[in-house]
Amino acid sequence: LNKKVQAIYLWWHKPVIDRELLQSLPNLKVIANSGVGMDHLDLKLVSSFGVKMANAPRAVSSSTADAGMALLLASSRRLVEVHHIAISSSMDYCEADFLGVKVSEATLGIIGMGRIGYKIALRAKAFEMKILYHNRTRRRAQDEQAVGATYCKNIDSLLQQSDFVMVTVNLTPQTRNLIGKRELELMKPTATLINISRGAVVDQEALVMALQTGVVRAAALDVTYPEPLPRLDHPLLKLKNVIITPHLGIKTDKATYMITEEAVENILAALNGLPMPSEVLPS
Amino acid sequence: MWYHKPVVNKELLQSLPNLRIVASSGVGIDHLDLNLLSSFGVKVSNTPFIVSTDTADLGMALMLASARRLVEGYEMAVSPDTEYFPADWLGAEVSGATLGIVGMGTIGYKVAERAKAFEMKILYHNRSQRKKEEESTVGAVYCKKIDDLLQQSDFVLLAVNLTPQTHKLIGKRELELMKPTATLINISRGLVVDQDALVEALQNKVIKAAALDVTYPEPLPRDHPLLKLKNVIITPHIGSATKKTRHIMMEEMTESIQAGLAGLPIPHEVL
Repeated sequence: LNKKVQAIYLWWHKPVIDRELLQSLPNLKVIANSGVGMDHLDLKLVSSFGVKMANAPRAVSSSTADAGMALLLASSRRLVEVHHIAISSSMDYCEADFLGVKVSEATLGIIGMGRIGYKIALRAKAFEMKILYHNRTRRRAQDEQAVGATYCKNIDSLLQQSDFVMVTVNLTPQTRNLIGKRELELMKPTATLINISRGAVVDQEALVMALQTGVVRAAALDVTYPEPLPRLDHPLLKLKNVIITPHLGIKTDKATYMITEEAVENILAALNGLPMPSEVLPS
Repeated sequence: MWYHKPVVNKELLQSLPNLRIVASSGVGIDHLDLNLLSSFGVKVSNTPFIVSTDTADLGMALMLASARRLVEGYEMAVSPDTEYFPADWLGAEVSGATLGIVGMGTIGYKVAERAKAFEMKILYHNRSQRKKEEESTVGAVYCKKIDDLLQQSDFVLLAVNLTPQTHKLIGKRELELMKPTATLINISRGLVVDQDALVEALQNKVIKAAALDVTYPEPLPRDHPLLKLKNVIITPHIGSATKKTRHIMMEEMTESIQAGLAGLPIPHEVL
């Protein structure tokens, strides 16, 4: 059976691709990932076995951007908190205690302006938000103008001016712990952090501290480290000003279908020796 | 007047001979008997436009939260029993879906502007058709018959006023016209929907889900079925509940009161 395997379609990081597995599959030609993040793969190792890799960047971008906006809006209006109050068995509440933060005309700082970050900018623009962004490289002028985004070469100036900070970077050695104590302290105390990238991009302990002491107003996290968080008393699970969702960024019927389509395209191309639509090379 | 209190009835008006003006917070005035107030020579004002963006934002928030199962997802993420996140747990895609807006006033239009950025296909039903330029800016298609909107929409959002004509606008018939995969979002008034029919429709999977900022009454009695359905999100009428907007509403109400007491033209008077 091992000799027959030519392609692996990796679904939610399983199976684990390690040296042992690669050695046991001599005819493996391609690994297609069901998503865009590749941080769970040792790209150099896989490449050293002559195996090609692909991700699914086009399929995930709209659903992930939608999830980012869903989290931003839910956090701003305290949706989860007030829903629970609205359905609770106690009627003991005061309507004036439900105030949230206005989204329209607020400033959104996008960290990581790739496909997903840009789709978020397109959506945020319709909410009349002022958009700042920080990226490895500056985008073209036309792209910036289309969404009214202002480039912040220095992440600090983005953090200082934003009411909402949305993190949409890849996880790489450079972005690990990108948002730590220093960055959180640069943010406004009225600001909200939204993370739809990878848990490890944020220094989780520093975030807990910042949320507990009012250094930032709130956080909405679709990703954590690990996933799920350990059940025994992890502070993030208990904070009122935190919304956590179970890595649902791409979990829609449509995205699942499109991811599989994209994966199959890449697999067929690789097996036929043709150029792959979304090949990922070890950098 | 905040949160529809105090109740303005004949008894109250008779007991306040020098009452000149009732300044109501928000845009809806369905809780006020305008003829009665007029007969006592009392003027009425509201705060119409300032609430529009926050209410439209909340409409979008509810649609996204419902589609992506945000509340359920949160509960899974924080539950002490969760060991892993199941791979087959899916929500519905908002991008590219069809949104039907019932009531294309200021709020409805702002929802359309926002939904367009999500590449949604937008249908709308309104007493009158909007201007061509307004339609094309948001790519909205007019449905003269509400049935056409209901049959084609993945999300139906209610943004009408409450009037005798819109009372129970969405009943059993309308719910049955909707797709079984559709979601109803209500940011208008509880009475626009036949609530009992809605409960039945949700229980029997006639429609998929509902997200309601408004109910009748508010709040619902604690044993009400809507509070227990897994496919329902309820928020406690927070359409305009942001610090900034509430501040401006208060300013506008104060302006109206001052003008009313000085006998000057009242900004945002309701006739």
